[in-house]
Amino acid sequence: MNMSKTFYQSAIVENAQWKQILGICSTLAVTNLMLNSLVMGLSLTFALALSSFTISLIRDYTPRNVRMMAQTLIIAAYVIVADIFLKEYYPDISKSLGPYVGLIITNCILMGRAEAFAAKNPPFASMIDGLGAGFGYTLVLLLIAFVRELFGFGTLFGFKILGDWWIKWSIMVMAPSAFFILACLIWLVNTKYYKIKAS
Amino acid sequence: MHVDPFVLFLAAIFTSNILLTNFLGMCSYLSVSNQISSAFGLGMSVIFVTTITAVICWLAYYQILVPFHLEYLQLIVFIIIIAAFVQLTEIMLERFAPVLYYTLGIFLPLITVNCAIFGVVLFMLIRKYSLVQSFAFGLGGGIGWALAILLLAGLRSRLKEKMIPVGLRGAGISLIMTGIMALAFMGFSGIVNVQ
Repeated sequence: MNMSKTFYQSAIVENAQWKQILGICSTLAVTNLMLNSLVMGLSLTFALALSSFTISLIRDYTPRNVRMMAQTLIIAAYVIVADIFLKEYYPDISKSLGPYVGLIITNCILMGRAEAFAAKNPPFASMIDGLGAGFGYTLVLLLIAFVRELFGFGTLFGFKILGDWWIKWSIMVMAPSAFFILACLIWLVNTKYYKIKAS
Repeated sequence: MHVDPFVLFLAAIFTSNILLTNFLGMCSYLSVSNQISSAFGLGMSVIFVTTITAVICWLAYYQILVPFHLEYLQLIVFIIIIAAFVQLTEIMLERFAPVLYYTLGIFLPLITVNCAIFGVVLFMLIRKYSLVQSFAFGLGGGIGWALAILLLAGLRSRLKEKMIPVGLRGAGISLIMTGIMALAFMGFSGIVNVQ
């Protein structure tokens, strides 16, 4: 299969968040800062691409009735690597992300891609698919974080964008705005990209 | 942390609701909230599983992993405990309480991948709760989650014939309603001061 097509398909057309509404726990939780979102997106992409590769590699040797357990354990192994790496080298970010890096294990995107793609396709294509889905995830995170950090703190990646005249919208940093912004994003994508119309 | 377990229990339901402030367990929250009856079944299962797994994971971490210096295995151990416990509950229910099994049965496998359970366990470790506190936090977290899904199921059952913009139907409008619920729950903050 064409690699760039696989990538585009899993990143944009079948984007986990706006099309399938999967894995939105962390999408909502870490997006009050751009930096946290980027780190979270990269960790997930790392775990997703490598676990897809591994799952696909052993797909012919895994008995069907224990395959869910095997997939979960493979995913957990890569997430532990990402978690320990962040704790060692970026303790501050690791602390502010809290449990959400560990929660990548139960993120539906990973299980979804493993079941829908890696269990049926060759290893390299699965890795591309994983990279694509990870890219799509990171994109959505950054889009939401852009709005929330800009209006909530007046900064982007910690750099001041809006001056002192800007009155911070503290609601943007808090939980409800995450729901509203994701809903608006889904609305926008549905009408502009998928062109869903009333029948 | 020295917080009264009962205060922690209330905080887990209202001020730091696992779903409305920590966004955990969103996938099953959005997909199973079509009907009040199924939302209720899933909610009950989550309460049961979070409470027991919080206690088992606490014991496993402080009695086994810490003495043997295996803390780095925590994530993998917890996910196995949760999966095994869910499987065990399913078998036990089928054997001893078939009626309950047929009401909850289909929801149990969903729970293994429900991040609310895993999230409760991880929060419990990060905030260094004691055993009793963990029990209260697990119970409160489960009830808080069940409360949120029941509220959403009640709201969604009234939306059936409403005029909603086409692109917003389904997940979009549910997210907006959840946002409004989260706003309402922010009114509770200040009753108790627990993270």
